[in-house]
Amino acid sequence: MEKGKTPDDKTFLVERVLKNATENYSKDEIERLSCLRREKVNVPVIFLGTGSCGLSAGADKTLEAIRKYIADSGEKAEIVETGCAGYCSEEPVMDIQLPGKARISFRKVTADKVDEILISTLNRTLLYEHVLCQHKFPRHEGWSNIPSIEQLPFFALQNRVILKNTGLISPFSINDYIARGGYRSFYKTVLNYTPEKVCEFVEQSELRGRGGGGFSTGKKWQIALTTAGEQKYCICNAEESDPGGFMDRAIIEGDPHRLLEGLAIAAYAIGASNAYIFIRSDYPRAVKILQDAIAQAKEYDILGSNIFGSGFNLNIIIRQSAGAFVCGEETALIQSLEGKRGNPRSKPPFPAEWGLHGCPTIINNVETLANIPAIMEQGPVWFRSTGTRSSKGTKLFSLTGKVQNSGFIEVEMGVRIFDIIYSIGGGVRDNKKLKAVQIGGPMGVCIPASALDIEIGFDSLHDVGAVLGSGGLIALDETVCMVDLARYFMEFLQKESCGKCIPCREGTHRMLEIIDGITQRPKEESSHETLERFKGVVQLESLASVIKDSSLCGLGQNAPNPVLSSLKWFREEFEEHIFDRHCRSGVCNDLRSYTIDVDICNGCNVCQKKCPENAIIGTIRMPHFIVEEKCNGCGICFESCKFNAIFIK
Amino acid sequence: MEEFVEKIIRKYPEGKRESLLPVLQDIQNETGHLTASALMDVSEYLKIPVNKILGVATFYDQFHLKKKGKYHVQLCRGTNCHLYKSAALLAEMEKVLKIKDGQTSKDGKFSLEIVTCMGACSNSPVININGQFHPAVQPAVIGKLIRSLKG
Repeated sequence: MEKGKTPDDKTFLVERVLKNATENYSKDEIERLSCLRREKVNVPVIFLGTGSCGLSAGADKTLEAIRKYIADSGEKAEIVETGCAGYCSEEPVMDIQLPGKARISFRKVTADKVDEILISTLNRTLLYEHVLCQHKFPRHEGWSNIPSIEQLPFFALQNRVILKNTGLISPFSINDYIARGGYRSFYKTVLNYTPEKVCEFVEQSELRGRGGGGFSTGKKWQIALTTAGEQKYCICNAEESDPGGFMDRAIIEGDPHRLLEGLAIAAYAIGASNAYIFIRSDYPRAVKILQDAIAQAKEYDILGSNIFGSGFNLNIIIRQSAGAFVCGEETALIQSLEGKRGNPRSKPPFPAEWGLHGCPTIINNVETLANIPAIMEQGPVWFRSTGTRSSKGTKLFSLTGKVQNSGFIEVEMGVRIFDIIYSIGGGVRDNKKLKAVQIGGPMGVCIPASALDIEIGFDSLHDVGAVLGSGGLIALDETVCMVDLARYFMEFLQKESCGKCIPCREGTHRMLEIIDGITQRPKEESSHETLERFKGVVQLESLASVIKDSSLCGLGQNAPNPVLSSLKWFREEFEEHIFDRHCRSGVCNDLRSYTIDVDICNGCNVCQKKCPENAIIGTIRMPHFIVEEKCNGCGICFESCKFNAIFIK
Repeated sequence: MEEFVEKIIRKYPEGKRESLLPVLQDIQNETGHLTASALMDVSEYLKIPVNKILGVATFYDQFHLKKKGKYHVQLCRGTNCHLYKSAALLAEMEKVLKIKDGQTSKDGKFSLEIVTCMGACSNSPVININGQFHPAVQPAVIGKLIRSLKG
């Protein structure tokens, strides 16, 4: 991994590339830089995406197979582990760069395919069925009949600023980052600008926090800078526990130094000498990569004391979150850092004035910080020129659900959700119809397929009741039951409610109870209980508004969102559940009932044997019947019937 | 004081409340769960009452007060896995292992934990057994998978 890293490379990178970057490099230096950037390679280089998504698809076994092939065949080749490029549904992705040729990507390279792909590619022939795309570069000879990465629908609409390096460079090597211009913004900032100037710059860029609130980052920094305090702290919030959101992890696993650089600039801007990265402990790989990255940055004197001789000291500490969704809220996060239960407190005072240990503290999301190096490099005017009127820059999303292409993406603000689903996502899987898109994580909203003309941006999403904060974008097709999904989110939020304030603790519990009453068939219910159940249904909306108005933190204030938005757009589905006891998607077990088509059933008796409730009757070789009163809707008969004779009613 | 607890505590010489979570995390990494004696040692060292420490330890999902099984099964119940029927997977898993979320089987071989998202959404539904991912698991294969681990 650290092969090219001799002291020579280090001195060259720090002195010539980082500190004294010029247009006029000597010929040797240009040559050396292109080697370090891997634009010119002398032996074949094999890149393998080993982010968490790659590993879950089997990249660890692929890596072993590659190492074995290289050892057995005696080929001279370098293996480089990279982060995920974003195209998670094609993982594990392996790239090969032969000397003089364009880098070429292969899709779904499981361990069994490694040998054939390596043998053919190293002999300069291609197995087209495995090829994904190629990365074109002026000095390289391209492969014929292979689309370049920009031509793939998944990448065509993206605008990769933060993800510029992700998937291309090794997250384990600081050399890769510096060779591509990394840490130059930090160097320039520390030596040329005062902290006031940096805050002003960021404010002018109109960057808004990507964590949820959408508050101006520059303003937040200015408050922390101007508030007096014996210590100031800078915290990076990488506690990303939204189910279905993994952009922060992707940045850290793909390009950790970009985050460190952003964090270092933020710390300089407010005058903090201690910075924390509060990261989810469920991301062991990201933690390891960050630890390595910090160690390397210290070795290069980019972190530590008297950085670049400017007198600025910075110590970055990694703290692993112990797993509580509410700790993504800034005051709860501070409590957790102080070693207490992660209960939020009321604001103001805001953490920028009174935060960790009572000192001015800024808390920024990973994505916000990852934007900073580019803003300092290209200036606030450039940043302001991208995006829409009220939302500048780009936004990361993790695109999952029932789309063809899933993964994480970066699009410019202002792109329509419709285009993300259909161009980048490639439409819905298995020829199903799109029903809705869930945006904004568990506290977000479901937008129906008919209203997807919305542009991505803080205000436009706010208008439909969504927050841009969490970048989860989940496509839902017709097989998804909206009531069941609302129940799922409610169950999650009820479990994650910290219990400090009553509206959230009891309210979410009660909402879950009410929805449970909708999705379950009442069993042996007295008339009084039926009345109570219906009262709950009638009061659901007013209960939701009480929770919204009276909860302490963002979790409670937004907890009713998934239910309210589903009620707004999919009311008829709720009513169907309540009045007809029917789930049109066949998801809610309790409301399902099955029927056997007597014309198809040949009486094989399999379903009768498997039915846990003995609800199926019939004699062998004669059509069977289901006794509806006994059936619990588990669907075992449906799955076990070989003749497709059982249908959902 | 147990030797490993002492070793961990020595890594945090300032002995402040701030060190509580890292200390507990380190202890858990060492032994797999938090024992009563370890909590008492930490309480003595950090000068925090044991009930406060227990309050912290039970607040966070990461901490286990019960011993984990030889095979620790993490089942993802994130949104995407939910869409790909992880609820059925969980039901089957509970049936096969005969334990529920947060429990350890009697023979000490298996423990089950529900996690919210492991970031492997493109391979839903996923489970993770001792750090090893199993992508796109169907309920039908659970029995076979667990039997193969039982040996």
